[in-house]
Amino acid sequence: MKNLLFLPLIIPLATAVLGLLAWNQRKFQRIAGICSTALLSVTAVLLLLEVQQHGILSAQAGNWPAPFGITLVADTFSALMLLATGLMGLCVTVYSLADADSDQEARGYHPLLQVLLLGICGSFLTGDLFNLYVWFEVMLIASFVLLALGGKREQMEGAIKYVALNLIASALLLAGIGLLYGVTGTLNMAHLAIRLQEMPHTGTIPVIAVLLFCAFSIKAAVFPFYFWLPASYHTPPIAVITIFSALLSKVGIYVLIRVFTLIFPQETITGQPLILGAAGLTMLFGALGAIAQPELRRLLSFCVVSQIGYLLMGLGLMTPLALAGSIFFMLHIMAAKSALFLTSGVVARMSGTTMLKELGGLYKRYPLLAVLFLVPALSVAGIPPLSGFWGKLALVQAGLQSEQYLLVAMALGVSVLTLYYLVTAWIALFWKNQPADAEKLHHLPAVRRGQMIVPALLLALVSLVAGLLPEPLFRLCHIASEQLLNNDAYIKAVLGVTQ
Amino acid sequence: MHSLILATAIRLLLPLMLLFSLFLLLRGHNEPGGGFVGGLVVAAAFALYTLAHGEKEGRRMLRVAPLQLVASGLLIALTSGLLPLLAGLPFLTALWSAVPAPVIGHAGTPLLFDLGVYLLVAGMSLLIIFTLMEEN
Repeated sequence: MKNLLFLPLIIPLATAVLGLLAWNQRKFQRIAGICSTALLSVTAVLLLLEVQQHGILSAQAGNWPAPFGITLVADTFSALMLLATGLMGLCVTVYSLADADSDQEARGYHPLLQVLLLGICGSFLTGDLFNLYVWFEVMLIASFVLLALGGKREQMEGAIKYVALNLIASALLLAGIGLLYGVTGTLNMAHLAIRLQEMPHTGTIPVIAVLLFCAFSIKAAVFPFYFWLPASYHTPPIAVITIFSALLSKVGIYVLIRVFTLIFPQETITGQPLILGAAGLTMLFGALGAIAQPELRRLLSFCVVSQIGYLLMGLGLMTPLALAGSIFFMLHIMAAKSALFLTSGVVARMSGTTMLKELGGLYKRYPLLAVLFLVPALSVAGIPPLSGFWGKLALVQAGLQSEQYLLVAMALGVSVLTLYYLVTAWIALFWKNQPADAEKLHHLPAVRRGQMIVPALLLALVSLVAGLLPEPLFRLCHIASEQLLNNDAYIKAVLGVTQ
Repeated sequence: MHSLILATAIRLLLPLMLLFSLFLLLRGHNEPGGGFVGGLVVAAAFALYTLAHGEKEGRRMLRVAPLQLVASGLLIALTSGLLPLLAGLPFLTALWSAVPAPVIGHAGTPLLFDLGVYLLVAGMSLLIIFTLMEEN
């Protein structure tokens, strides 16, 4: 069953290759994209079940034993993230059927999306730090092209900002990896965990930890490195931003959690004030930025940044409850935020603008759409009984247990701000009267509307159901966080020995 | 800019360079060489031909679209990784033939992988070169 671990890499890669071979056959590429993401989701479910039954799985690419070969590892956390990747990929691919224009598709939109998913799945599965860097580059290349696809002037501007900042992050990451290899002589993450436990954490090691923290923070858009995200996320098509905001920045957080619980647990504890400070300021600045935005996509991009803060908060607190809350929150935010993005994409399609001032009055004609925006918006803000509430509850509880009262106050205050700007956006889109000089609404044909609304509806429902019945999902998140905090099982799965 | 010297020389150079690229590909397993540099030599050969005769002639000489080379190269490399799965071994494990073949010695999936790299690199470089040399 160990070969199951390779499937999340093989499926998107094979689909991308098939898409390249059938470069001009859009229909084939679309169907292949949907099949691939559906298969990916099924594989992720199987992996999740397998991990629940047999514990952490690992496999060695090329049959070279760890720590010499490249290791793939799946624990509950990575299996959950893979499942989210598959589902998000599926939703966005279906949405793209209606949203991607023929020019984008002719330039390889669907194969690129698969390459992006390949990079994401690779980052979730890899157990080797250098391999992680390679997957980051795969993601970066695919996402750069996806951002620039279409080649509009503003898109190029956004894409260049994105790639410049991410290259800096990659350089920092590479420097950190090089130093770490120099100090420990290994890059296998489990092996690193053992080696670093035996060493005194003075001199270079905290420096390396900071380098890696900065590198991953840029990728994840953590304060003070968040500014590239709103500057580049507002330009590409909605489907592309949705997958970026749902998965790319979360890969950064995933890796932060993985590396700093497994390899640098000591630095996480000594650096706690720093991490918690970054978390609080990320929340706050994201929310303040969102309040000031007159444009819907920018507003939502700042909202993405703001939520990243909550995810980082769980890592900073480093208790089982906090990490479980972070993981739950991550899954919640993927669903709820993407539902918001996709719904606002429908609005943008119909009204031809995303400026809040020029929108309005949609409630009268499309009440369902208004609900579809409101439910995930309230969920992101953390109103019970939606999924955001439980994630925040766990984080706040963990914060109170660790006596981080300032941070808890910030988290709660930012929730109020989030509620404020999302409801303001909702009012601007749906409730207030349509401005007199607004353009007439474009009516979308039923099939296209269905292709756009069904994924958004599905994601909103996920958020609702996870809110009404949080117990099973939360239990999984708890198992995941226990596995993260007890490294022994991970190390044993990879190296076959207990330390 | 038509250069008679280059146009004449390339008629001899093109087959020589292609042969050399194959030599590099096969040599690459144990000694310096390999799919990457072999692919670059292929691209260099066709780039010289294109310089002498123009982009249209270059594409005609290559016969297949560079993108198809890229795709088939990836496919071959992926297949070389998938074959060991059939034998129940992890992805990308090297499998070797028991009987040595003439010239190349024991053939195996690493050679197949290298062939994929060879095609991929040649296709990718030519895709860029042809696009840059297009006259519009």
